[in-house]
Amino acid sequence: MTTADTILALKDLKVHFPIHIGTVRAVESVSLEIRQGEVMGLVGESGCGKSTLGFSILRLLRTPGIIAAGEIVYHGRDIVQMGRRELLSLRGKRIGMIFQDPLTSLNPLFRVGDQFVETIRTHEKQVSRKRALERSESILARLGIAADRLYEYPHQMSGGMRQRIMIGMALVLNPDFLIADEPTTSLDVIVEAQFLDLLNELRAEFNLTILLISHNLGIVAQMADRITVMYGGRIVETGPAETVFADPLHPYTQGLLASIPNIKLDQPALHTMPGAPPDLVNPPGGCVFHPRCPRATDICRRSIPGLTDEKGRWTACWLHAPRD
Amino acid sequence: MKHSPSRKMAVLFARFAVMGKKYGVEWWILVVGAAIITGVVLMAVFSTAIAPFDPYDQNAGPQLSPPSRTHLMGTDNLQRDVFSRIVYGSRTILGVAVLAAILSSVVGITFGLISGFAGGFFDKILSLVMDSIYSFPGLILAIAFAAMLEPGILSITVAVAVIYIPTYFRLVRGQTLQIKEELYVEAARAIGASGRRILWQYIFPNVIATTVVVFTMNVGDAIMIEAALTYLGLGLPPSIVDWGMDLSMGRRFLPSGVWWLITFPGAMISILAIGFTMLGEGLAEILNPRLLEK
Repeated sequence: MTTADTILALKDLKVHFPIHIGTVRAVESVSLEIRQGEVMGLVGESGCGKSTLGFSILRLLRTPGIIAAGEIVYHGRDIVQMGRRELLSLRGKRIGMIFQDPLTSLNPLFRVGDQFVETIRTHEKQVSRKRALERSESILARLGIAADRLYEYPHQMSGGMRQRIMIGMALVLNPDFLIADEPTTSLDVIVEAQFLDLLNELRAEFNLTILLISHNLGIVAQMADRITVMYGGRIVETGPAETVFADPLHPYTQGLLASIPNIKLDQPALHTMPGAPPDLVNPPGGCVFHPRCPRATDICRRSIPGLTDEKGRWTACWLHAPRD
Repeated sequence: MKHSPSRKMAVLFARFAVMGKKYGVEWWILVVGAAIITGVVLMAVFSTAIAPFDPYDQNAGPQLSPPSRTHLMGTDNLQRDVFSRIVYGSRTILGVAVLAAILSSVVGITFGLISGFAGGFFDKILSLVMDSIYSFPGLILAIAFAAMLEPGILSITVAVAVIYIPTYFRLVRGQTLQIKEELYVEAARAIGASGRRILWQYIFPNVIATTVVVFTMNVGDAIMIEAALTYLGLGLPPSIVDWGMDLSMGRRFLPSGVWWLITFPGAMISILAIGFTMLGEGLAEILNPRLLEK
């Protein structure tokens, strides 16, 4: 299903964490394609493997995490097979990343400007300090931050400003792909809205493709062109944002969407999904979602459904699979 | 009048008083410690100008004469001037203690950083080695090393340094383990910083501050160890002027009422050790931001 404008393709990716009680299968057989210029929203509850997936793209898994199998193809090159040098030149320069917590993502001991210079010169050693600062200034200006902030320390700035600094640092090297891992989790709603607007503007300006990882469906709905829903380390559904929101195919997606409180409806109680996320060391046999699925049948307990095409949308559910 | 020394002194004291109000008694502990150290350092630097006699001069005065105007601290059994020997001896003890602390901090910090950062088998082995060194009483270990090495400034420095390496190692390793999990280190990886760059640009500056206090305390301790070693006749050849050695030589004459041969070297060792301990203690309290909240 690879198309010409695919910028990043995950092929049957497996990320495992061998620990003393067994192997945590954090990401299991995930195949996904992200097209040039789109925002791909990756949603799921805590512990479903979405952040791990994001980190594995830059091979930044924490020990003992390993990519057990699969390919991560970026512009035709497999990141899994890359050597150390190529990998270091990929990180930051080609693929940028921003993190959950801007409050601790900056080195507290150095001025912001020095951190910009450091970022630039990590990749472009011939650039002078002066030139690097000029570039940082111009990108900060674009983010609505005064140039003299470069000479301040991170603790002198607010959370929203630090998050803008982070995105500035991610963009100063002009990457074409940005991984945003829960970028607004620690911001309040007003700053969050401003940040998302900014991200949307930058996306067009910098010709960015974004993988937006979030548990917040509202953010994803606002930003994403397509959505991928993960559950228990697997993709359960992927498709264009509007159709997934309007007509979810997988019972998990349906449950997730039903759990969003709607201010317009007079709901007596919040809809919740019974049960807890699966144990990823010993996942349930068959479909990982079957213990919590209201529509589980016999086959769901016995075998794992593959992703099937439903008019440009893909879902892993026996309800939609062709039976044979 | 504006630039007179007395006015400058007054300004300096006013500043000190402000700091004293801010930090309380800890500030004065620090100031006294620093003053003692400054005094001894000046003594070491300007030995030639301060000492009235050559410390080796065996004809400086009568044998075993008590403190007098010409011999401020008396003379020893070899007719040498004790005051001059004290002045010159400051060079040895200060040099050895400071060098030992520098040596042990450089080695301990480097290994601590690498061990904490790399982890795995290397870290396990190194931690085991360091813990076994740490489990020995410091002086015993220093005696063992001093006995193994040829007497000399360098070997006594090494013998003293060895016992402090684990202190730095454990401190820095622990800090490194903590800081390498910080998000800004993760962020540094995400911008493509290499492991070495992360270690020296991101982890090292965040770790180094905690070692400052340990360093000054160690110098204080190293002074005691150095004096103890030379008192026992280990580590230095007799041709070097040293407080510990003078103390041990003077001990033999105490029964015959010669008190000045052990009092002055002994007092100097104690005062210098206390000076460094006070500086370290004062720094520890003042650099601790939690204390400012009260």
